[in-house]
Amino acid sequence: MRLLLLCALTLGAQVTHERLLKAESEPHNWLTYSGNFAGHRYSPLHQINTSNVAKLKPAWVYQTNSLQKFETTPIVVDGVMYITESPSHVTALDTKTGRTLWRYRRPMPDDIKVCCGQVNRGVAILGDLVYVGTLDSHLIALDAKTGAVRWDTNVIDYRAGYSITVAPLALKDKIVVGIAGGEYGIRGFLDAYDAKTGKRAWRFYTVPGPGEKGNETWANDSWKRGAAATWVTGAYDPDTNLVYWGTGNPGPDWNGDVRKGDNLYSDCMLAIDADTGKLKWYFQFTPHDVHDWDATEVPVLIDAEFRGAKRKLLLFPNRNAFYYVLDRVTGQFLLGKPYAKQTWAKGLDDNGRPMRNENTAPTVQGTVVFPSVGGANNWYSPSYSPQNQLLYIAVREAGHIYYFGEAEFKEGEQYNGGGFRSIPGEPEWGAIRAYNPTTGEAKWEFKMSSLPFSGVLSTAGNLVFGTTGEGQVFALQGDTGRLLWRFQGGGTARGNAMSYMSGDKQHVAVTIGNSLYSFVVE
Amino acid sequence: MIWWAAIALFQQTIALDIPSKNPNTSEADVAAGKKLFNGRCAGCHGPAGEGGKGANLAVPRLTRAQEDRALYRVIRYGVPDTEMPASLMDAHEIWQVAAFVRTLGRVQSVAVTGDAANGASLFKGKGGCIGCHTVGLEGGRSGPALSGVGARRGAQHLRAKLLDPSASVPENFRMVHITTRDGKTIRGQQLNEDTFSIQLRDGADRFHSLWREDIAAITSERKTPMPSYKGRLSDSEIDDVVAYMASLRGDQ
Repeated sequence: MRLLLLCALTLGAQVTHERLLKAESEPHNWLTYSGNFAGHRYSPLHQINTSNVAKLKPAWVYQTNSLQKFETTPIVVDGVMYITESPSHVTALDTKTGRTLWRYRRPMPDDIKVCCGQVNRGVAILGDLVYVGTLDSHLIALDAKTGAVRWDTNVIDYRAGYSITVAPLALKDKIVVGIAGGEYGIRGFLDAYDAKTGKRAWRFYTVPGPGEKGNETWANDSWKRGAAATWVTGAYDPDTNLVYWGTGNPGPDWNGDVRKGDNLYSDCMLAIDADTGKLKWYFQFTPHDVHDWDATEVPVLIDAEFRGAKRKLLLFPNRNAFYYVLDRVTGQFLLGKPYAKQTWAKGLDDNGRPMRNENTAPTVQGTVVFPSVGGANNWYSPSYSPQNQLLYIAVREAGHIYYFGEAEFKEGEQYNGGGFRSIPGEPEWGAIRAYNPTTGEAKWEFKMSSLPFSGVLSTAGNLVFGTTGEGQVFALQGDTGRLLWRFQGGGTARGNAMSYMSGDKQHVAVTIGNSLYSFVVE
Repeated sequence: MIWWAAIALFQQTIALDIPSKNPNTSEADVAAGKKLFNGRCAGCHGPAGEGGKGANLAVPRLTRAQEDRALYRVIRYGVPDTEMPASLMDAHEIWQVAAFVRTLGRVQSVAVTGDAANGASLFKGKGGCIGCHTVGLEGGRSGPALSGVGARRGAQHLRAKLLDPSASVPENFRMVHITTRDGKTIRGQQLNEDTFSIQLRDGADRFHSLWREDIAAITSERKTPMPSYKGRLSDSEIDDVVAYMASLRGDQ
C-alpha cells in the first residue's frame, strides 16, 4: 500500500499531456498559461466567492529585483509555483509562503533587441521539465525540481532582432514556441521542439517564401522582412489536433507602400496541425495592416450553439477593435462586430474582410484613427466563464495620430516606417465588459478611468478579477459587474491573474508593479 | 552561489559602464535616431520634440540631461514620478536617439528683447503673477511653479501663454468641483485620480482624497483661472515679462 502511494506521488509529480488535457479536473493547479488548452483563463475554484471576496488579503508578496515590466502568469503544480522574471529568469516558489525553492538566472548579452521591454510572460511545464524562452532567442528546459538546465536550444540568432517573450505551450510530446521581433523586420515563424531532447520537430514560417502560397501577397522581396511575429501563447484543441496561434503586424508597421498586398500571414489566426506543423486554415483579420494591429491576442475555444447549430467556435477580441467568432474546424467567418470605438472600417463583409474607410492610412502630417496603436485589446487575456457563459474582456478605448515615415531596412535595427502620438485632449479610458460570446453583445460594463495593461481572470466563485494602470487589482461579480473588492498594489499592473490552491486555501495571484501578490481570504 | 554573485557583479559593471560622451553621433546615427524617435518618443514629445504630454525637447538645455551620460540615463531608465518610462531600446539605439534629441536643441530660438529686471517687477507687481505662481521661495500655489520655466519653454511659448492662457492648459492641470454624498462641496486642483478614487488640493491648500462611491457629483474643467494679459500689460511690458520668465533657469 505504501509502495503504491509512493508510486502515485511520483507519478503525480509528472505533468503528463493527459493531465494538461484535463486541467479542469485538478483546479488546485494552474498547468498552462491560460489555465487550460482552450484559452479560458477560468478557475473552477469557488472557495473565494461573492460572499467573502471583500475579505481578500495578501498571503504573501514576492518582489522581483528588476524595474522592467513584470508580465508573468505563474504556473502552479502541486504546491510549487513557477514564474519568470525579467529578462529571462525562472524562479520556483513555495505557494504557501512565497519563499524561493530554486532560481535559474540567465546572463543576457548587452545587445538583445526588444521593442517593448525586457519581458517574459511565463513558463510551460511537461513531464518533469519547465520550459522558458529567452530574450536571446533560446528555448531552455529546466529540471522542475532543481532548476538545472537539461537542454538549451538556440531557436534563432537574436542579433537579427528576434527574441522570445511568449510563454511556450506544452502539448503531447512537444513544446510550441513563438517568436517576437515584429518591429525589427524579422521573418516570423512558429516552432515546435521535442520536449525530451530540444530537437526541432517543425517550423511554420508565418511569411511564405518564394514558390509558397501567399508569397504573392508581398510586393517584390518585402516578404523577407514581413515580421508576423508569434509572441502570445495560443490555444490547442485535441479533437481537431490543431494549434490556434495569432500572428503580429507586417513589417514595417506604418509604411505599407514598401509591402503592397495583403501580407499573408500577418494579423492572422493560424490553425496548424500539432504533429506536422502544416497549415490547416488561416483567417486574416487586418489585410495589409498599416496601424500595428497584431492579431496576437489569446484565442478562446468554446463549443456552443451558434444560430441554431452546435459548433466548435473560436472567439477573438482583436486589437483592431472588432470581435470575431470563427468556426475552428474550418476557419469559416461566422460573426464580427466592433467592441470598442473604431473609425477605420465601415464594417466587415460576408467573409469577414474589413471594408475600409477612406483616408485612414498614416500620413506624414498624421492621421487620427481609432483604435490606438495598442488597440482595443492587446496581449491581455480575455476570460470565458462556463458558469455564466460570458466572455470577459479588458477593453481599451483610445485613438492615436498615426504618422507615415520612411522605411529603410538594416538588420538588427528597428523597422517601423512611421510613428504615432496621443490625440491632444482626447480622453483614453478602459472597461471590463462581459459579452455574450456568440452574439458579441455586451451584458455589462465596469468603467475604468484609464487604459488597462492586463487581462482578466474569471472563477467559479462568480468573480472576475481585473487590474488598473494605477496599480489596483479588483474583483467584480461575474454576472452583474458589481465591484466587490479592490486593493492598491503600488505600480502599473501588467500581468494576467490566475488562481490555485495551497493546502486548503484558494489563492488569487497577479503581478502588480514589480511584485507578485498572492491573495487569500483569512 | 559564487557564480551568481559574479554574474550580478558583471551585470552591474555593464550598467555603470556608460561612456560619458555619446559614441554614436554620425549623420547616419542621427537619421536612425530620428526614426526611433518618431516611433517611440514622438507620441508624447511631438515629432519635432516640441513637447506635448512630454517635455519640450527643442530647447538649448535639457535640465535633466545636460551631459550625454545623463541623457542616456533619462532615456534608458525614465524619469521617476513622471510619465517618462524606462526605455525599450538597446544601448546603440538609445545613443542614436540621444544624438537626434541633441539636434532638436539647435533649433533657432526667438530672440528675447525685453528687460528682464523690469519684467521681474511686473511679475511681482502690476501683473500679479506671483499671487498664483511659485518662483523660488516666493509665490502662490494655484498655478504651475515657474522656477525653471525658462529652461523648459521657449520665449514664443511663454508669450503665447500670456496672451491666450486657455489655448494650452497643461494636461495635468484640472479644476474640479465635487459634491459628496453627505452634502459637502469641494473645489480644487485635481492631483490624481484612478478608477476608484480622486485626490485634490483646495484653494486653502488642503489635501482631499475621496472614494468615488462617496461622490454624488463631479464636474471638471480644463479651463485655466489665469487671465489673458492682452491689454492688461503693454506690448513692451509683455516683452519684459517674457524676458524675465526666460531668465528663470531653476538655479540661483
